[in-house]
Amino acid sequence: MLYREAGDFKTSYRDDAQTFPIRFDRRGYYALLAVAAAVVPFVINDYWANAVFVPFLIYAIAALGLNILTGYCGQVSLGTGGFMAVGAYAMYKLMTAFPEVSVLIHVLLAGGITAAVGVLFGLPSLRIKGFYLAVATLAAQFFLVWLFNKVPWFYNYSASGQITAPERTVLGWYVTGPQTTAATKYLICLGFVFLLAWIARNLTRGTAGRRWMAIRDMDIAAEIIGVNPLTTKLSAFAVSSFFIGVAGALFFSVYLGAAEVGEAFGINKSFLVLFMVIIGGLGSIFGSFAGAAFLVLLPVFLKNVLGGVLGWPTDLAAHIELMIVGALIVGFLIAEPHGLAQLWRLAKEKLRLWPFPH
Amino acid sequence: MNAEPGPMTPETPTDGARRIGPVLMEMKNITLRFGGVVAIKDISFDIREGEIRAIIGPNGAGKSSMLNVISGFYHPQQGEVWFRGQRRAPMRPYQVARQGIARTFQNIALFDGMSVLDNIMTGRLTMMRAGLLEQALWWGRAAREEDAHREKVEKIIDFLEIQAIRKTPVGRLPYGLKKRVELARALAAEPKILLLDEPMAGMNVEEKEDMCRFILDVNDEFGTTIALIEHDMGVVMDLSDRVVVMDYGRKIGDGTPDEVRSNPEVIAAYLGVSHD
Repeated sequence: MLYREAGDFKTSYRDDAQTFPIRFDRRGYYALLAVAAAVVPFVINDYWANAVFVPFLIYAIAALGLNILTGYCGQVSLGTGGFMAVGAYAMYKLMTAFPEVSVLIHVLLAGGITAAVGVLFGLPSLRIKGFYLAVATLAAQFFLVWLFNKVPWFYNYSASGQITAPERTVLGWYVTGPQTTAATKYLICLGFVFLLAWIARNLTRGTAGRRWMAIRDMDIAAEIIGVNPLTTKLSAFAVSSFFIGVAGALFFSVYLGAAEVGEAFGINKSFLVLFMVIIGGLGSIFGSFAGAAFLVLLPVFLKNVLGGVLGWPTDLAAHIELMIVGALIVGFLIAEPHGLAQLWRLAKEKLRLWPFPH
Repeated sequence: MNAEPGPMTPETPTDGARRIGPVLMEMKNITLRFGGVVAIKDISFDIREGEIRAIIGPNGAGKSSMLNVISGFYHPQQGEVWFRGQRRAPMRPYQVARQGIARTFQNIALFDGMSVLDNIMTGRLTMMRAGLLEQALWWGRAAREEDAHREKVEKIIDFLEIQAIRKTPVGRLPYGLKKRVELARALAAEPKILLLDEPMAGMNVEEKEDMCRFILDVNDEFGTTIALIEHDMGVVMDLSDRVVVMDYGRKIGDGTPDEVRSNPEVIAAYLGVSHD
């Protein structure tokens, strides 16, 4: 009833091309933003921040990044964990080397450094495609983890081999270190998510996005209409790695506080983010958020239901939880191979006709 | 060389306005080999500004290879390609596209995951100047270009009568419409030469008539030079100003449709000759 295009006339191409062409969607989006920025910070506590909101927001950034590379540009990558590690270690080195500079700038710089590394490891994509490229990025994953383990310079020769985020403030509020409150952690992540999601949307709806999608859908045809495959693929690697680097920097400095590379940024991370992108929907901004939410919330939800409501022993609940998550992913992909974003699209198409479908 | 327009069909609008200009592209002694197989053997021909030039020949004659040489997919072992009075250095397909040569494919090469509008917008990518940062912030040239090019693309959408499917993903469209969208994408680039590889393959009579009309209109209204490969002889003879006939990688005929039709070698290639 409310969800209608009828009567909402567009009089300019800019209106027609906006992100939320339907008024109801637009209002929903602003309402969500308002709640996220003005209500959640006041009610959030440590449990909700650490178990749900902060990991969701950080993984959403990583998923956005991988979605640009894999979903939009069609280049499969299994190096996400490695690139997150680059972001984290760049962040650590910057924080310890330049303590007087704001961490916000450090996060962006860490993203920039990861972008450069991403371009380097993206070079093989000019020659190899599909599974073979996946294997090449897998090599990047293992190489980067090995590098951060073996070269003590990266962890400032600390005895444990760990990196620990020093305490830093933004506008007088602690954003890293043990004194950080749940609300500041949440807000700083929210800020980056908002900024990066907006950038991702801008890039994918315009020229860059069309170049990437052209390469994804048919690289020969893309070349014939004037798309340079070299610069296009490398720009996808750069932007994607920037996002993933920012995610890695926040994951280490704001969320974990201290990290050991093999544990925090191993191959599991690569798969986790890849699953998020696949379950959420390849080539969709919404899908990146949906996939991150699904894989962050589901285990928390199951843990609470199995351990809390049903009262099962923790070890049993933990194992059953893994099995249920796995089974749900498989079942879900059989039911809707194009991910949550496609379900969302279908629901919206139905909703536009509801309640009079004829 | 023969420069007068070929026989006009009744569909051709305002043929008095058409003007065929000087040579725009010239192929000089092109030879293309794949290992031991000679796909094109020492072929020369030219394409004049504003004309519709057909390349015909039996299957395997080397027509598509010729088009691939022009668009930079294949690099001939011998011979030169001259474009706008200059010898063209060997270049990649995307560089060829930037010179103003657009093409369509025999088996449609659209971007299935994108909408019709986005597909046609990709045709204008070579004209987009906004940098990555401008695009990321949707600021400056990025937003301006998007609107300006959208306007041009909408004109092409009107021209090819595909307004209703503007926002449909291309993967969902029927074959005939896909062919039309592919033409639209090529046109969006405002090419100097438009290469059409079997634009009417697999179409029914009505769709063919539509496509003929569009090709003639493009040539007439935009003055676009067109080089096309086609198997339907009726279409070729009606549309084109001059025809190149190829067989087994050799050129066996070149001239107006009437000249080609009466060329004994061409008749032999198409109908066969008795050897008794």
